[in-house]
Amino acid sequence: MNMQLARILPEVILTITGVIIMLAEPLLQKNSSRKPLGWFAVLGTLAALFASMWQLHLPDGTAYFGTVQTDAYSVFFHVLIAGIVLATLLVSLDSIDGSAESVGEFFALICFGAVGMMLMTSAVELLLVFIGLEISSISTYIMACFRRKSAKGPESAIKYFLLGSFATAFFLYGIALIFGATGTTAIAAIGRILTVGQTPLLAVVGLAMILIGIGFKVSAAPFQVWTPDVYEGAPSPVVGLMSTAPKAAAFAVLLRILYVAFPLLHYHWQPLVWWMAVLSMCVGNLGALRQQNVKRMLAYSSIANAGYLLAAFTALSQEGVAAASFYAVTYAAMNVGIFAVVSHAGGFGDRLTLVQDYRGLAYRSPLLGGAMAFFLISLIGIPFTGGFFGKFYVFAAALHSGMVWLTIIGLINSGIACYYYLRLLAAVYSKPVHTDLLDGIPRPTMPLLLALVLTVAATLILGIVPGQVLSLARAGANTLVPYVTTAMK
Amino acid sequence: MVPISYYLVLSAILFSIGVGAFLIKRNIITVFMSIELMLNAVNLTFVAFAHQWRHVSGQIFVFFVMVVAAAEAAVGLAIIIAIFRTRNTLNVDQVDLMKL
Repeated sequence: MNMQLARILPEVILTITGVIIMLAEPLLQKNSSRKPLGWFAVLGTLAALFASMWQLHLPDGTAYFGTVQTDAYSVFFHVLIAGIVLATLLVSLDSIDGSAESVGEFFALICFGAVGMMLMTSAVELLLVFIGLEISSISTYIMACFRRKSAKGPESAIKYFLLGSFATAFFLYGIALIFGATGTTAIAAIGRILTVGQTPLLAVVGLAMILIGIGFKVSAAPFQVWTPDVYEGAPSPVVGLMSTAPKAAAFAVLLRILYVAFPLLHYHWQPLVWWMAVLSMCVGNLGALRQQNVKRMLAYSSIANAGYLLAAFTALSQEGVAAASFYAVTYAAMNVGIFAVVSHAGGFGDRLTLVQDYRGLAYRSPLLGGAMAFFLISLIGIPFTGGFFGKFYVFAAALHSGMVWLTIIGLINSGIACYYYLRLLAAVYSKPVHTDLLDGIPRPTMPLLLALVLTVAATLILGIVPGQVLSLARAGANTLVPYVTTAMK
Repeated sequence: MVPISYYLVLSAILFSIGVGAFLIKRNIITVFMSIELMLNAVNLTFVAFAHQWRHVSGQIFVFFVMVVAAAEAAVGLAIIIAIFRTRNTLNVDQVDLMKL
Protein backbone atom coordinates (compact mmCIF):
# COMPACT_ATOMS: atom_id res chain seq x y z
CA MET A 1 0.00 0.00 0.00
CA ASN A 2 1.04 3.56 -0.57
CA MET A 3 3.19 4.46 2.41
CA GLN A 4 1.96 8.05 2.59
CA LEU A 5 -1.67 6.97 2.59
CA ALA A 6 -0.97 4.36 5.24
CA ARG A 7 0.11 7.10 7.63
CA ILE A 8 -3.32 8.74 7.53
CA LEU A 9 -5.35 5.55 7.09
CA PRO A 10 -7.63 5.99 10.16
CA GLU A 11 -8.45 9.54 9.08
CA VAL A 12 -9.20 8.38 5.53
CA ILE A 13 -11.52 5.64 6.79
CA LEU A 14 -13.44 8.04 9.04
CA THR A 15 -13.75 10.66 6.30
CA ILE A 16 -15.16 8.10 3.87
CA THR A 17 -17.57 6.88 6.55
CA GLY A 18 -18.77 10.42 7.20
CA VAL A 19 -19.20 11.21 3.51
CA ILE A 20 -21.14 8.00 2.86
CA ILE A 21 -23.45 8.78 5.80
CA MET A 22 -24.13 12.29 4.44
CA LEU A 23 -24.82 10.90 0.96
CA ALA A 24 -27.05 8.10 2.24
CA GLU A 25 -29.10 10.29 4.58
CA PRO A 26 -31.27 12.01 1.91
CA LEU A 27 -31.92 8.65 0.22
CA LEU A 28 -33.61 7.25 3.33
CA GLN A 29 -37.37 7.53 3.79
CA LYS A 30 -38.31 10.72 5.59
CA ASN A 31 -39.76 9.06 8.68
CA SER A 32 -37.59 5.99 8.76
CA SER A 33 -35.12 5.41 11.57
CA ARG A 34 -31.62 6.76 11.15
CA LYS A 35 -30.12 4.04 13.30
CA PRO A 36 -28.58 2.09 10.41
CA LEU A 37 -26.47 5.18 9.69
CA GLY A 38 -25.38 5.20 13.33
CA TRP A 39 -24.38 1.55 13.17
CA PHE A 40 -22.48 2.28 9.97
CA ALA A 41 -20.60 5.04 11.82
CA VAL A 42 -19.83 2.52 14.59
CA LEU A 43 -18.40 0.15 11.97
CA GLY A 44 -16.29 2.92 10.44
CA THR A 45 -14.95 3.91 13.85
CA LEU A 46 -14.07 0.29 14.63
CA ALA A 47 -12.22 0.07 11.32
CA ALA A 48 -10.37 3.30 12.15
CA LEU A 49 -9.51 1.88 15.59
CA PHE A 50 -7.94 -1.22 14.07
CA ALA A 51 -6.22 0.85 11.40
CA SER A 52 -4.60 2.95 14.15
CA MET A 53 -3.42 -0.18 15.94
CA TRP A 54 -2.05 -1.50 12.66
CA GLN A 55 -0.08 1.74 12.25
CA LEU A 56 2.03 0.63 15.21
CA HIS A 57 3.73 -1.85 12.85
CA LEU A 58 4.79 0.93 10.48
CA PRO A 59 8.28 2.30 10.96
CA ASP A 60 8.18 5.76 12.55
CA GLY A 61 8.25 8.49 9.99
CA THR A 62 6.57 11.43 8.37
CA ALA A 63 4.46 11.81 5.26
CA TYR A 64 3.03 14.54 3.06
CA PHE A 65 6.00 16.91 3.13
CA GLY A 66 6.66 16.30 6.80
CA THR A 67 3.23 17.30 8.08
CA VAL A 68 1.99 13.99 9.55
CA GLN A 69 4.01 11.67 11.70
CA THR A 70 2.99 8.24 12.92
CA ASP A 71 4.78 7.03 16.01
CA ALA A 72 3.83 5.29 19.23
CA TYR A 73 2.66 8.63 20.64
CA SER A 74 0.24 9.44 17.82
CA VAL A 75 -1.08 5.86 17.74
CA PHE A 76 -1.75 5.97 21.48
CA PHE A 77 -3.97 9.04 21.12
CA HIS A 78 -5.55 7.77 17.87
CA VAL A 79 -6.73 4.65 19.64
CA LEU A 80 -7.97 6.69 22.60
CA ILE A 81 -9.97 9.05 20.36
CA ALA A 82 -11.41 6.18 18.33
CA GLY A 83 -12.46 4.50 21.58
CA ILE A 84 -14.16 7.65 22.89
CA VAL A 85 -15.95 8.18 19.59
CA LEU A 86 -17.07 4.56 19.56
CA ALA A 87 -18.60 4.79 23.03
CA THR A 88 -20.22 8.16 22.22
CA LEU A 89 -21.78 6.78 19.04
CA LEU A 90 -23.22 3.84 20.97
CA VAL A 91 -24.70 6.19 23.58
CA SER A 92 -26.16 8.59 21.01
CA LEU A 93 -27.76 5.84 18.88
CA ASP A 94 -30.74 5.83 21.23
CA SER A 95 -30.55 9.09 23.08
CA ILE A 96 -30.45 11.32 20.00
CA ASP A 97 -32.99 9.34 17.98
CA GLY A 98 -36.62 10.39 17.98
CA SER A 99 -37.23 14.01 18.82
CA ALA A 100 -34.30 15.38 16.81
CA GLU A 101 -34.41 15.80 13.07
CA SER A 102 -31.54 15.07 10.68
CA VAL A 103 -29.86 12.60 12.99
CA GLY A 104 -27.77 11.26 10.15
CA GLU A 105 -25.93 14.56 10.07
CA PHE A 106 -25.04 14.07 13.71
CA PHE A 107 -23.29 10.75 13.08
CA ALA A 108 -21.41 12.23 10.13
CA LEU A 109 -20.30 15.19 12.26
CA ILE A 110 -18.94 12.90 14.96
CA CYS A 111 -16.86 11.10 12.29
CA PHE A 112 -15.56 14.37 10.83
CA GLY A 113 -14.76 15.72 14.28
CA ALA A 114 -12.80 12.57 15.04
CA VAL A 115 -10.78 13.10 11.85
CA GLY A 116 -9.77 16.55 13.08
CA MET A 117 -8.79 15.30 16.52
CA MET A 118 -6.77 12.44 15.07
CA LEU A 119 -4.97 14.78 12.68
CA MET A 120 -4.06 17.00 15.63
CA THR A 121 -2.34 14.15 17.45
CA SER A 122 -0.24 13.10 14.48
CA ALA A 123 0.52 16.60 13.16
CA VAL A 124 4.12 17.77 13.32
CA GLU A 125 3.49 20.98 11.41
CA LEU A 126 1.64 23.90 13.01
CA LEU A 127 -0.43 24.37 9.85
CA LEU A 128 -1.89 20.88 10.19
CA VAL A 129 -2.34 21.35 13.94
CA PHE A 130 -4.42 24.43 13.17
CA ILE A 131 -6.52 22.68 10.53
CA GLY A 132 -7.11 19.63 12.74
CA LEU A 133 -8.06 21.90 15.65
CA GLU A 134 -10.57 23.73 13.47
CA ILE A 135 -12.09 20.58 11.96
CA SER A 136 -12.70 19.22 15.43
CA SER A 137 -13.92 22.55 16.84
CA ILE A 138 -16.35 23.36 14.03
CA SER A 139 -17.95 19.92 14.25
CA THR A 140 -18.35 20.26 17.99
CA TYR A 141 -19.87 23.77 17.63
CA ILE A 142 -22.59 22.28 15.43
CA MET A 143 -23.13 19.30 17.71
CA ALA A 144 -23.45 21.59 20.74
CA CYS A 145 -26.32 23.35 18.92
CA PHE A 146 -28.18 20.13 18.18
CA ARG A 147 -31.15 20.94 20.43
CA ARG A 148 -31.77 24.08 18.46
CA LYS A 149 -35.47 24.34 19.36
CA SER A 150 -34.72 24.54 23.08
CA ALA A 151 -33.71 27.86 24.58
CA LYS A 152 -30.46 26.63 26.10
CA GLY A 153 -29.11 24.77 23.07
CA PRO A 154 -28.28 27.73 20.81
CA GLU A 155 -27.15 29.78 23.80
CA SER A 156 -24.60 27.17 24.76
CA ALA A 157 -23.50 26.85 21.13
CA ILE A 158 -22.99 30.60 20.66
CA LYS A 159 -20.93 30.85 23.83
CA TYR A 160 -18.84 27.90 22.74
CA PHE A 161 -18.48 29.26 19.22
CA LEU A 162 -17.54 32.83 20.11
CA LEU A 163 -15.02 31.93 22.80
CA GLY A 164 -13.66 29.04 20.75
CA SER A 165 -13.03 31.30 17.74
CA PHE A 166 -11.53 33.94 20.02
CA ALA A 167 -9.10 31.30 21.28
CA THR A 168 -8.34 30.18 17.74
CA ALA A 169 -7.35 33.73 16.83
CA PHE A 170 -4.88 33.80 19.74
CA PHE A 171 -3.52 30.41 18.76
CA LEU A 172 -3.02 31.63 15.18
CA TYR A 173 -1.34 34.84 16.25
CA GLY A 174 1.03 32.72 18.30
CA ILE A 175 1.87 30.62 15.26
CA ALA A 176 2.42 33.77 13.18
CA LEU A 177 4.86 35.21 15.73
CA ILE A 178 6.75 31.93 15.99
CA PHE A 179 6.92 31.81 12.21
CA GLY A 180 8.31 35.30 12.31
CA ALA A 181 10.92 34.36 14.89
CA THR A 182 12.11 31.14 13.26
CA GLY A 183 11.01 31.23 9.62
CA THR A 184 9.32 27.85 9.82
CA THR A 185 6.13 26.22 11.10
CA ALA A 186 7.45 22.65 11.37
CA ILE A 187 7.50 21.74 15.07
CA ALA A 188 10.83 19.88 15.07
CA ALA A 189 12.51 22.57 12.96
CA ILE A 190 11.40 25.26 15.41
CA GLY A 191 13.04 23.25 18.19
CA ARG A 192 16.27 22.96 16.20
CA ILE A 193 16.41 26.66 15.34
CA LEU A 194 15.70 27.78 18.89
CA THR A 195 18.59 25.70 20.29
CA VAL A 196 21.16 27.88 18.55
CA GLY A 197 21.72 31.48 19.47
CA GLN A 198 19.69 33.76 21.64
CA THR A 199 15.96 33.11 22.04
CA PRO A 200 14.02 35.79 20.16
CA LEU A 201 11.42 37.62 22.21
CA LEU A 202 8.88 37.02 19.44
CA ALA A 203 9.07 33.27 20.02
CA VAL A 204 8.36 33.69 23.74
CA VAL A 205 5.33 35.91 23.06
CA GLY A 206 4.16 33.45 20.41
CA LEU A 207 4.44 30.58 22.86
CA ALA A 208 2.36 32.50 25.41
CA MET A 209 -0.33 33.10 22.76
CA ILE A 210 -0.39 29.38 21.89
CA LEU A 211 -0.78 28.57 25.60
CA ILE A 212 -3.77 30.92 25.78
CA GLY A 213 -5.35 29.35 22.69
CA ILE A 214 -4.93 25.76 23.85
CA GLY A 215 -5.86 26.77 27.41
CA PHE A 216 -9.29 27.81 26.14
CA LYS A 217 -9.72 24.57 24.23
CA VAL A 218 -8.90 22.36 27.20
CA SER A 219 -10.86 24.63 29.58
CA ALA A 220 -7.94 25.27 31.90
CA ALA A 221 -8.33 28.18 34.32
CA PRO A 222 -8.25 31.18 33.84
CA PHE A 223 -9.76 30.39 30.42
CA GLN A 224 -12.53 28.14 31.71
CA VAL A 225 -15.55 30.48 31.89
CA TRP A 226 -17.41 28.95 28.94
CA THR A 227 -17.30 25.37 30.20
CA PRO A 228 -20.28 25.13 32.61
CA ASP A 229 -22.68 27.00 30.31
CA VAL A 230 -21.75 24.97 27.26
CA TYR A 231 -21.98 21.66 29.09
CA GLU A 232 -25.35 22.57 30.56
CA GLY A 233 -26.96 23.43 27.23
CA ALA A 234 -25.42 20.84 24.91
CA PRO A 235 -26.94 17.35 24.55
CA SER A 236 -25.41 14.98 27.13
CA PRO A 237 -23.79 12.48 24.70
CA VAL A 238 -22.09 15.42 22.99
CA VAL A 239 -20.82 16.68 26.34
CA GLY A 240 -19.37 13.24 27.02
CA LEU A 241 -17.51 13.52 23.73
CA MET A 242 -16.37 17.12 23.92
CA SER A 243 -15.18 16.92 27.50
CA THR A 244 -12.80 14.11 26.56
CA ALA A 245 -11.79 13.61 22.92
CA PRO A 246 -11.00 17.18 21.75
CA LYS A 247 -9.32 17.83 25.08
CA ALA A 248 -7.17 14.72 24.80
CA ALA A 249 -6.18 15.83 21.29
CA ALA A 250 -5.42 19.37 22.46
CA PHE A 251 -3.32 18.06 25.36
CA ALA A 252 -1.44 15.78 22.95
CA VAL A 253 -0.71 18.75 20.69
CA LEU A 254 0.33 20.93 23.61
CA LEU A 255 2.72 18.25 24.88
CA ARG A 256 4.25 17.92 21.42
CA ILE A 257 4.60 21.68 20.97
CA LEU A 258 6.03 22.30 24.44
CA TYR A 259 8.45 19.38 24.48
CA VAL A 260 9.51 19.24 20.83
CA ALA A 261 9.44 22.88 19.73
CA PHE A 262 10.20 24.68 23.01
CA PRO A 263 12.21 22.36 25.26
CA LEU A 264 14.76 25.08 25.95
CA LEU A 265 12.14 27.65 26.82
CA HIS A 266 10.85 25.55 29.70
CA TYR A 267 11.89 28.15 32.25
CA HIS A 268 9.36 30.40 30.53
CA TRP A 269 6.47 27.99 30.12
CA GLN A 270 6.89 25.77 33.14
CA PRO A 271 5.82 28.42 35.70
CA LEU A 272 2.90 29.41 33.45
CA VAL A 273 1.70 25.82 33.18
CA TRP A 274 2.26 25.40 36.93
CA TRP A 275 -0.07 28.32 37.66
CA MET A 276 -2.62 27.13 35.12
CA ALA A 277 -2.63 23.70 36.78
CA VAL A 278 -3.06 25.12 40.29
CA LEU A 279 -5.76 27.58 39.22
CA SER A 280 -7.67 24.94 37.27
CA MET A 281 -7.66 22.53 40.18
CA CYS A 282 -8.82 25.15 42.68
CA VAL A 283 -11.38 26.90 40.46
CA GLY A 284 -12.76 23.57 39.24
CA ASN A 285 -13.16 21.94 42.63
CA LEU A 286 -14.34 25.01 44.53
CA GLY A 287 -16.76 25.89 41.73
CA ALA A 288 -18.21 22.39 41.71
CA LEU A 289 -18.96 22.55 45.43
CA ARG A 290 -21.84 24.98 45.03
CA GLN A 291 -23.41 23.46 41.93
CA GLN A 292 -26.83 21.84 42.15
CA ASN A 293 -27.01 21.08 38.45
CA VAL A 294 -25.33 17.76 37.69
CA LYS A 295 -24.02 18.71 34.26
CA ARG A 296 -22.57 21.99 35.56
CA MET A 297 -20.98 20.10 38.43
CA LEU A 298 -19.36 17.68 35.98
CA ALA A 299 -18.22 20.68 33.93
CA TYR A 300 -16.36 22.09 36.92
CA SER A 301 -15.01 18.62 37.60
CA SER A 302 -13.64 18.56 34.06
CA ILE A 303 -11.88 21.89 34.69
CA ALA A 304 -10.30 20.36 37.79
CA ASN A 305 -9.25 17.30 35.83
CA ALA A 306 -7.61 19.51 33.21
CA GLY A 307 -5.61 20.89 36.14
CA TYR A 308 -4.44 17.42 37.22
CA LEU A 309 -3.38 16.73 33.65
CA LEU A 310 -1.46 20.00 33.41
CA ALA A 311 0.28 19.11 36.66
CA ALA A 312 1.88 16.18 34.84
CA PHE A 313 3.08 18.59 32.13
CA THR A 314 5.27 20.47 34.56
CA ALA A 315 7.24 17.35 35.48
CA LEU A 316 9.51 17.78 32.43
CA SER A 317 10.26 14.07 32.31
CA GLN A 318 9.32 11.00 30.33
CA GLU A 319 7.40 9.89 33.40
CA GLY A 320 5.36 13.10 33.26
CA VAL A 321 4.41 12.66 29.60
CA ALA A 322 3.45 9.04 30.24
CA ALA A 323 1.39 10.06 33.28
CA ALA A 324 -0.42 12.74 31.27
CA SER A 325 -1.25 10.28 28.48
CA PHE A 326 -2.41 7.69 31.01
CA TYR A 327 -4.55 10.22 32.82
CA ALA A 328 -6.20 11.26 29.55
CA VAL A 329 -7.27 7.63 29.06
CA THR A 330 -8.63 7.12 32.57
CA TYR A 331 -10.48 10.43 32.54
CA ALA A 332 -11.99 9.60 29.14
CA ALA A 333 -13.20 6.18 30.32
CA MET A 334 -14.96 7.45 33.43
CA ASN A 335 -16.28 10.68 31.97
CA VAL A 336 -17.75 9.17 28.82
CA GLY A 337 -19.28 6.53 31.08
CA ILE A 338 -20.88 8.96 33.51
CA PHE A 339 -22.28 11.05 30.66
CA ALA A 340 -23.69 7.84 29.13
CA VAL A 341 -25.68 7.35 32.35
CA VAL A 342 -26.69 11.02 32.46
CA SER A 343 -27.86 11.05 28.86
CA HIS A 344 -29.92 7.90 29.28
CA ALA A 345 -31.45 8.95 32.59
CA GLY A 346 -32.10 12.53 31.49
CA GLY A 347 -33.08 11.77 27.92
CA PHE A 348 -32.62 14.16 25.01
CA GLY A 349 -34.46 16.98 26.80
CA ASP A 350 -32.52 16.70 30.08
CA ARG A 351 -35.45 15.80 32.34
CA LEU A 352 -33.16 15.16 35.28
CA THR A 353 -31.05 18.23 35.92
CA LEU A 354 -30.43 18.75 39.64
CA VAL A 355 -28.58 16.51 42.03
CA GLN A 356 -31.79 15.87 43.96
CA ASP A 357 -33.53 14.71 40.76
CA TYR A 358 -31.18 11.74 40.80
CA ARG A 359 -32.45 10.65 44.23
CA GLY A 360 -33.37 7.00 44.07
CA LEU A 361 -31.88 6.29 40.64
CA ALA A 362 -30.39 3.09 42.02
CA TYR A 363 -33.84 1.95 43.21
CA ARG A 364 -35.45 2.64 39.86
CA SER A 365 -32.64 1.07 37.85
CA PRO A 366 -29.92 -0.72 39.84
CA LEU A 367 -27.83 -0.99 36.68
CA LEU A 368 -27.76 2.74 35.88
CA GLY A 369 -27.35 3.66 39.54
CA GLY A 370 -24.56 1.12 40.00
CA ALA A 371 -22.72 2.31 36.90
CA MET A 372 -23.00 5.92 38.00
CA ALA A 373 -21.75 5.05 41.47
CA PHE A 374 -18.79 3.20 39.98
CA PHE A 375 -17.79 6.14 37.79
CA LEU A 376 -18.16 8.56 40.70
CA ILE A 377 -15.92 6.33 42.83
CA SER A 378 -13.39 6.38 40.04
CA LEU A 379 -13.62 10.17 39.75
CA ILE A 380 -12.96 10.43 43.49
CA GLY A 381 -9.91 8.23 42.95
CA ILE A 382 -10.53 5.21 45.16
CA PRO A 383 -8.18 2.25 44.53
CA PHE A 384 -9.18 -0.50 42.07
CA THR A 385 -10.54 2.13 39.68
CA GLY A 386 -8.74 3.88 36.86
CA GLY A 387 -9.06 7.25 38.54
CA PHE A 388 -6.81 6.16 41.39
CA PHE A 389 -3.87 5.15 39.20
CA GLY A 390 -4.37 8.16 36.95
CA LYS A 391 -3.98 10.56 39.88
CA PHE A 392 -1.27 8.42 41.45
CA TYR A 393 0.97 8.54 38.36
CA VAL A 394 0.38 12.25 37.82
CA PHE A 395 1.34 13.21 41.34
CA ALA A 396 4.19 10.69 41.46
CA ALA A 397 5.63 12.28 38.31
CA ALA A 398 5.22 15.78 39.75
CA LEU A 399 6.81 14.72 43.05
CA HIS A 400 9.79 13.05 41.36
CA SER A 401 10.49 16.32 39.58
CA GLY A 402 10.48 18.21 42.85
CA MET A 403 7.07 19.84 42.50
CA VAL A 404 6.23 19.38 46.16
CA TRP A 405 3.82 22.29 46.47
CA LEU A 406 1.96 21.31 43.32
CA THR A 407 1.52 17.80 44.70
CA ILE A 408 0.27 19.09 48.03
CA ILE A 409 -2.23 21.44 46.38
CA GLY A 410 -3.35 18.62 44.10
CA LEU A 411 -3.92 16.21 46.97
CA ILE A 412 -5.88 18.81 48.95
CA ASN A 413 -8.00 19.36 45.87
CA SER A 414 -8.66 15.64 45.50
CA GLY A 415 -9.95 15.75 49.05
CA ILE A 416 -12.28 18.67 48.32
CA ALA A 417 -13.54 16.87 45.22
CA CYS A 418 -14.77 13.94 47.34
CA TYR A 419 -17.48 16.14 48.78
CA TYR A 420 -19.41 16.93 45.64
CA TYR A 421 -18.96 13.50 44.07
CA LEU A 422 -20.19 11.89 47.28
CA ARG A 423 -23.20 14.22 47.36
CA LEU A 424 -24.31 12.87 43.98
CA LEU A 425 -23.45 9.33 45.03
CA ALA A 426 -25.56 9.69 48.19
CA ALA A 427 -28.45 11.07 46.12
CA VAL A 428 -28.33 8.10 43.75
CA TYR A 429 -28.62 5.66 46.66
CA SER A 430 -31.18 7.47 48.82
CA LYS A 431 -34.93 6.92 48.89
CA PRO A 432 -36.66 8.32 45.79
CA VAL A 433 -38.70 11.54 46.05
CA HIS A 434 -39.62 12.46 42.50
CA THR A 435 -40.88 9.07 41.41
CA ASP A 436 -42.60 10.58 38.36
CA LEU A 437 -39.25 11.84 37.06
CA LEU A 438 -37.57 8.49 37.55
CA ASP A 439 -40.47 6.51 36.09
CA GLY A 440 -39.84 8.24 32.80
CA ILE A 441 -36.46 6.55 32.45
CA PRO A 442 -36.72 3.89 29.75
CA ARG A 443 -35.10 0.48 30.07
CA PRO A 444 -31.43 0.55 29.03
CA THR A 445 -31.12 -0.43 25.40
CA MET A 446 -28.54 -2.71 23.83
CA PRO A 447 -26.19 0.00 22.44
CA LEU A 448 -26.22 1.81 25.79
CA LEU A 449 -25.42 -1.43 27.60
CA LEU A 450 -22.53 -1.98 25.18
CA ALA A 451 -21.22 1.53 25.86
CA LEU A 452 -21.53 1.02 29.63
CA VAL A 453 -19.77 -2.34 29.48
CA LEU A 454 -17.00 -0.74 27.42
CA THR A 455 -16.45 2.19 29.79
CA VAL A 456 -16.84 0.20 33.02
CA ALA A 457 -14.44 -2.45 31.73
CA ALA A 458 -11.93 0.20 30.69
CA THR A 459 -12.11 1.95 34.08
CA LEU A 460 -11.80 -1.36 35.91
CA ILE A 461 -8.90 -2.66 33.81
CA LEU A 462 -7.04 0.63 34.23
CA GLY A 463 -7.55 0.33 37.97
CA ILE A 464 -6.50 -3.30 38.41
CA VAL A 465 -3.95 -4.03 35.66
CA PRO A 466 -2.77 -0.62 34.46
CA GLY A 467 0.58 -2.06 33.32
CA GLN A 468 -0.17 -2.55 29.66
CA VAL A 469 -1.73 0.84 29.02
CA LEU A 470 1.03 2.44 31.03
CA SER A 471 3.73 0.73 28.99
CA LEU A 472 2.03 1.94 25.81
CA ALA A 473 1.93 5.46 27.27
CA ARG A 474 5.64 5.14 28.12
CA ALA A 475 6.41 3.98 24.58
CA GLY A 476 4.56 7.04 23.32
CA ALA A 477 6.41 9.29 25.73
CA ASN A 478 9.70 7.82 24.52
CA THR A 479 9.21 9.44 21.13
CA LEU A 480 9.28 12.83 22.85
CA VAL A 481 12.15 11.86 25.15
CA PRO A 482 15.12 13.15 23.14
CA TYR A 483 13.55 16.58 23.41
CA VAL A 484 12.72 16.15 27.07
CA THR A 485 16.35 15.39 27.88
CA THR A 486 17.41 18.52 25.99
CA ALA A 487 15.05 20.43 28.22
CA MET A 488 16.58 19.04 31.37
CA LYS A 489 20.06 20.28 30.45
CA MET B 1 10.16 50.55 0.70
CA VAL B 2 8.06 50.27 3.83
CA PRO B 3 9.96 48.48 6.64
CA ILE B 4 8.44 45.26 7.96
CA SER B 5 7.99 46.63 11.46
CA TYR B 6 5.28 48.97 10.16
CA TYR B 7 3.20 46.00 9.05
CA LEU B 8 3.77 44.20 12.32
CA VAL B 9 2.76 47.21 14.41
CA LEU B 10 -0.32 47.73 12.25
CA SER B 11 -1.37 44.10 12.61
CA ALA B 12 -0.75 44.20 16.36
CA ILE B 13 -2.97 47.29 16.61
CA LEU B 14 -5.68 45.61 14.50
CA PHE B 15 -5.49 42.50 16.66
CA SER B 16 -5.84 44.58 19.83
CA ILE B 17 -8.82 46.46 18.37
CA GLY B 18 -10.36 43.05 17.65
CA VAL B 19 -9.76 41.87 21.23
CA GLY B 20 -11.14 45.12 22.64
CA ALA B 21 -14.24 45.01 20.47
CA PHE B 22 -14.82 41.36 21.38
CA LEU B 23 -14.87 42.30 25.05
CA ILE B 24 -16.84 45.54 24.80
CA LYS B 25 -19.41 45.12 22.04
CA ARG B 26 -22.86 43.84 22.93
CA ASN B 27 -24.26 42.77 19.56
CA ILE B 28 -23.44 39.17 18.62
CA ILE B 29 -22.81 40.05 14.95
CA THR B 30 -20.37 42.79 15.96
CA VAL B 31 -18.61 40.42 18.34
CA PHE B 32 -18.34 37.95 15.51
CA MET B 33 -16.94 40.65 13.21
CA SER B 34 -14.27 41.48 15.75
CA ILE B 35 -13.10 37.86 15.60
CA GLU B 36 -12.80 38.21 11.83
CA LEU B 37 -10.74 41.35 12.39
CA MET B 38 -8.41 39.41 14.68
CA LEU B 39 -8.01 36.67 12.08
CA ASN B 40 -7.21 39.19 9.37
CA ALA B 41 -4.66 40.90 11.60
CA VAL B 42 -2.99 37.49 11.89
CA ASN B 43 -3.08 37.16 8.10
CA LEU B 44 -1.29 40.46 7.74
CA THR B 45 1.38 39.28 10.16
CA PHE B 46 1.85 36.08 8.18
CA VAL B 47 2.22 37.91 4.88
CA ALA B 48 4.68 40.38 6.38
CA PHE B 49 6.84 37.61 7.82
CA ALA B 50 6.59 35.59 4.61
CA HIS B 51 7.99 38.59 2.80
CA GLN B 52 10.76 39.01 5.35
CA TRP B 53 11.85 35.36 5.21
CA ARG B 54 11.33 35.18 1.42
CA HIS B 55 9.35 32.01 2.03
CA VAL B 56 5.90 31.15 0.64
CA SER B 57 4.81 28.99 3.58
CA GLY B 58 3.50 32.06 5.38
CA GLN B 59 1.35 32.97 2.41
CA ILE B 60 0.04 29.41 2.13
CA PHE B 61 -0.93 29.65 5.79
CA VAL B 62 -3.01 32.73 4.95
CA PHE B 63 -5.02 30.77 2.39
CA PHE B 64 -5.83 28.14 4.98
CA VAL B 65 -6.80 30.78 7.53
CA MET B 66 -9.18 32.34 5.01
CA VAL B 67 -10.77 28.97 4.21
CA VAL B 68 -11.23 28.18 7.88
CA ALA B 69 -12.62 31.66 8.57
CA ALA B 70 -15.19 31.13 5.83
CA ALA B 71 -16.21 27.77 7.29
CA GLU B 72 -16.44 29.34 10.73
CA ALA B 73 -18.58 32.16 9.37
CA ALA B 74 -21.02 29.66 7.86
CA VAL B 75 -21.42 27.79 11.14
CA GLY B 76 -21.41 30.95 13.24
CA LEU B 77 -24.14 32.67 11.27
CA ALA B 78 -26.25 29.51 11.42
CA ILE B 79 -25.92 29.48 15.21
CA ILE B 80 -26.76 33.20 15.34
CA ILE B 81 -29.96 32.54 13.35
CA ALA B 82 -30.87 29.76 15.77
CA ILE B 83 -30.35 32.22 18.66
CA PHE B 84 -32.49 34.87 17.01
CA ARG B 85 -35.32 32.40 16.41
CA THR B 86 -35.51 31.34 20.04
CA ARG B 87 -34.86 34.75 21.66
CA ASN B 88 -35.73 37.48 19.14
CA THR B 89 -32.65 39.39 20.23
CA LEU B 90 -28.98 39.54 19.33
CA ASN B 91 -27.84 41.33 22.46
CA VAL B 92 -25.34 39.22 24.39
CA ASP B 93 -26.63 40.60 27.69
CA GLN B 94 -30.03 39.06 27.02
CA VAL B 95 -28.66 35.64 26.09
CA ASP B 96 -28.20 34.73 29.73
CA LEU B 97 -30.42 31.82 30.69
CA MET B 98 -27.42 30.05 32.17
CA LYS B 99 -25.36 31.77 34.82
CA LEU B 100 -22.91 30.79 37.51
